[in-house]
Amino acid sequence: MLEKVLFLLCLSSSVLAQQFCTPGASEGYKVRLSIKSALGDEAYAWNENEMFLFRATLAFAMRSQYNGKEFQVSDIIVCDETPRVSFWFVVKSPTSSQLVDKEDVERAVRQYRNRINGAFLLTDTYLEFIGIPPTLAAPVNPGTPPWLIVFGVVMGAVVAGIIVLAVSTVVQKKRKKNQEAEDEENEEETRVKTVENVTYENTCGVYNKSFSDDERLTRM
Amino acid sequence: MRLLFPNPGLKERIPSHEDLEKMEKEEAGDRPKWDNKAQYLLTCVGFCVGLGNVWRFPYLCQSHGGGAFMIPFLILLVLEGIPLLYLEFAIGQRLRKGSVGVWAAINPYLAGVGIASMTVSFLVGIYYNTITAWVMWYFFNSFQSPLPWSQCPLNANLTDLVSECKRSSPVDYFWYRSTLNTSDAIEESGGLQWWMVLCLVAAWTVLYICCIRGIETTGKAVYITSTLPYLVLTIFLIRGLTLKGSVDGIKFLFTPDLDELVNPSTWLDAGAQVFYSFSLAFGGLISFSSYNPVHNNCEQDAIIIAIINGCTAVFAATVIYSIIGFRATEQFDACLNENIVTLLNAFNLAEGTVTESNYDEMLQNFNSTASGSEVLQGLSLNTCNLRTFLSDGVEGTGLAFIVFTEAITKMPISPFWSALFFIMLFCLGLSTMFGSVEGVVVPLQDLNIFPKKCPKEVLTGIVCLTSVFIALIFTLQSGNYWLALFDSYAGSIPLLIIAFCEMIAVVYLYGIDRFNEDIEFMIGHKPSIFWQATWRVVSPLIVFVIFVFYFITKVTAKLTYITWNPNSANFPVLDTSPYPNWVYVIIFLLAGLPCLFIPGFALYKLLQKILPHKNHQ
Repeated sequence: MLEKVLFLLCLSSSVLAQQFCTPGASEGYKVRLSIKSALGDEAYAWNENEMFLFRATLAFAMRSQYNGKEFQVSDIIVCDETPRVSFWFVVKSPTSSQLVDKEDVERAVRQYRNRINGAFLLTDTYLEFIGIPPTLAAPVNPGTPPWLIVFGVVMGAVVAGIIVLAVSTVVQKKRKKNQEAEDEENEEETRVKTVENVTYENTCGVYNKSFSDDERLTRM
Repeated sequence: MRLLFPNPGLKERIPSHEDLEKMEKEEAGDRPKWDNKAQYLLTCVGFCVGLGNVWRFPYLCQSHGGGAFMIPFLILLVLEGIPLLYLEFAIGQRLRKGSVGVWAAINPYLAGVGIASMTVSFLVGIYYNTITAWVMWYFFNSFQSPLPWSQCPLNANLTDLVSECKRSSPVDYFWYRSTLNTSDAIEESGGLQWWMVLCLVAAWTVLYICCIRGIETTGKAVYITSTLPYLVLTIFLIRGLTLKGSVDGIKFLFTPDLDELVNPSTWLDAGAQVFYSFSLAFGGLISFSSYNPVHNNCEQDAIIIAIINGCTAVFAATVIYSIIGFRATEQFDACLNENIVTLLNAFNLAEGTVTESNYDEMLQNFNSTASGSEVLQGLSLNTCNLRTFLSDGVEGTGLAFIVFTEAITKMPISPFWSALFFIMLFCLGLSTMFGSVEGVVVPLQDLNIFPKKCPKEVLTGIVCLTSVFIALIFTLQSGNYWLALFDSYAGSIPLLIIAFCEMIAVVYLYGIDRFNEDIEFMIGHKPSIFWQATWRVVSPLIVFVIFVFYFITKVTAKLTYITWNPNSANFPVLDTSPYPNWVYVIIFLLAGLPCLFIPGFALYKLLQKILPHKNHQ
């Protein structure tokens, strides 16, 4: 007798719970998993145990989000499972038999999305909560844009090259000029030397006062 | 009796054969010389092989019947390209002057042709080096992973992707917004984009250091800039052939459609492509040939360079289309998978029920049931057609900066492939710029505008600096539209007119008999009947026909241009807008002014002669 009463109670409570969950429920969300697309050969089959894990993970998320409320696996009610691996779920409050608001569920899911994904080895694209947008990764902003660094390197090398070439041209020109000037000087010196040598030879044998001034010539 | 216009005083203006032999023996050190033949050939190949071989020829090939396009291309290469090339090489080698010097020596009234060449070289150089600046920008941005054009940036409050990027694609966004920051129309100039100005300065500085001492420095630079593209193309070919779908691309490119041969625009486009591909009438080739020894075999050179140019075009087309085939296959697969997922979600079937192989029959199954077809109508399934993706009109900057960059993001180690691709484009652009700068600096020296003492480095510097300032117009927000304008008008009509005048001048003013004797003196045998026929009749006729058709097409076409307008209804498809009225003035300046130099200078010389001499005493 007692067992029959208990059995009827269980049945009615589960029926009551099932009444909450319908496809398109206002406080529920549709979930879609694409396990084969995500994992390929390493895909696992979806079965009752996986569903249990899902309900447990969601209960964990609700618990962690709302400290104090002890959500149980039985508070996560699932319905309308399809071969696609999609289903609807609603969350019942542990204390009353009221459904938790949509926004509260969303907040919990968003906060612990990573953990839920991790439990199933999936990502936001493959474990979809229809209606809850995935959280976007914050962009990485480097201090200096990388292109400026490459630009600086290239420009530095090129400008250095231009300076080297310009300086070498100027130095070459100066050297040419010096060379030309030296050539001219050498020509003049030899001319002067021959003239002075001639005068010295002409006056050989006669004491020439200019001889004492010849030191600058004889010094080689 | 050959047709020859009277040309008094020609013998006094040009060095005789004996003078040339003397110059050769004494090695007058005034004029620069090539270190070796390889430098000369590499410089000419670099000048001819440019960005057009990579992004214009493959498009023309694919859109004009694939393999069938080779027929008009090869025929016109032989009848139009090689004769003109040989003519420019021979006349430069014979008269040993730059473009202004050569035409002034043939007849003083003709110097306008040289001035027109110089102007066109200058205008084309300005916008061509801006494209090189864009290539440098992409090159600088290749050194990061992931590549900046592989994903959309987030909007200000980090809730979603930027709308403009979401509606189009990350590569489109990076090109039109991050790089160009385009305005909606050419009238809205916007301001200078500082990052573009930096890249522009970088491009001109690199060009300056390579051209600083004329062929002394460019001759060394071409060892790298002319050979690297071939190396990179080979690497890309090997990489491309290992990617899925590449063979489809190559097949699509070369599948002949012989019906296209009846279409006159195929022949016109082939002729125009041969003409522009050889960089004729810029004056650069004449200049480069004038540094050759007198007895250099220019006939052989012309044939070699023409063959290399043609083969490079075909080779580059193969590489480009192998990568395009890969990209199209990726897009097709993505499109099909999207449809499959939509179907699976709508009918709640398990994954793997609908695959690429049974997609069509599953679709039919659904359509056959009443409820199924209702659901199907509600979905918006994409039409996935591989041919549509393959024939995605891809030429010009769109090919390099949108299509190819997208393909690169799908390859593993993308930053490496990106850097490699853009360094290849950079080398292609730079080596063409060498010829352009030569075509501007040498005529300036010949015209004695600057004092003779002015060293070549300073003159080149002045040319580069002036070009940078004018090119700042392309760094405005409307810069892309200005560049398209320059591309359409500055580098098209004037070149055809100059080339026509060149041929008439050499054949009928200088005299084909004298020219034949010169060639016999230089290379040892007279040019054969083939050259006689092409120089005197066939090539001028072809150039004239192309010019007439081009002129008529440009004049009768409505002046419109395509714009990137995020606010338009068709976005992301590019909008066609009409040009404002003042553009007509710009077009006249770009296309008309260089051409007007030819009669203008003749008139000026005439007036100088006629007016009383007391003004000049």
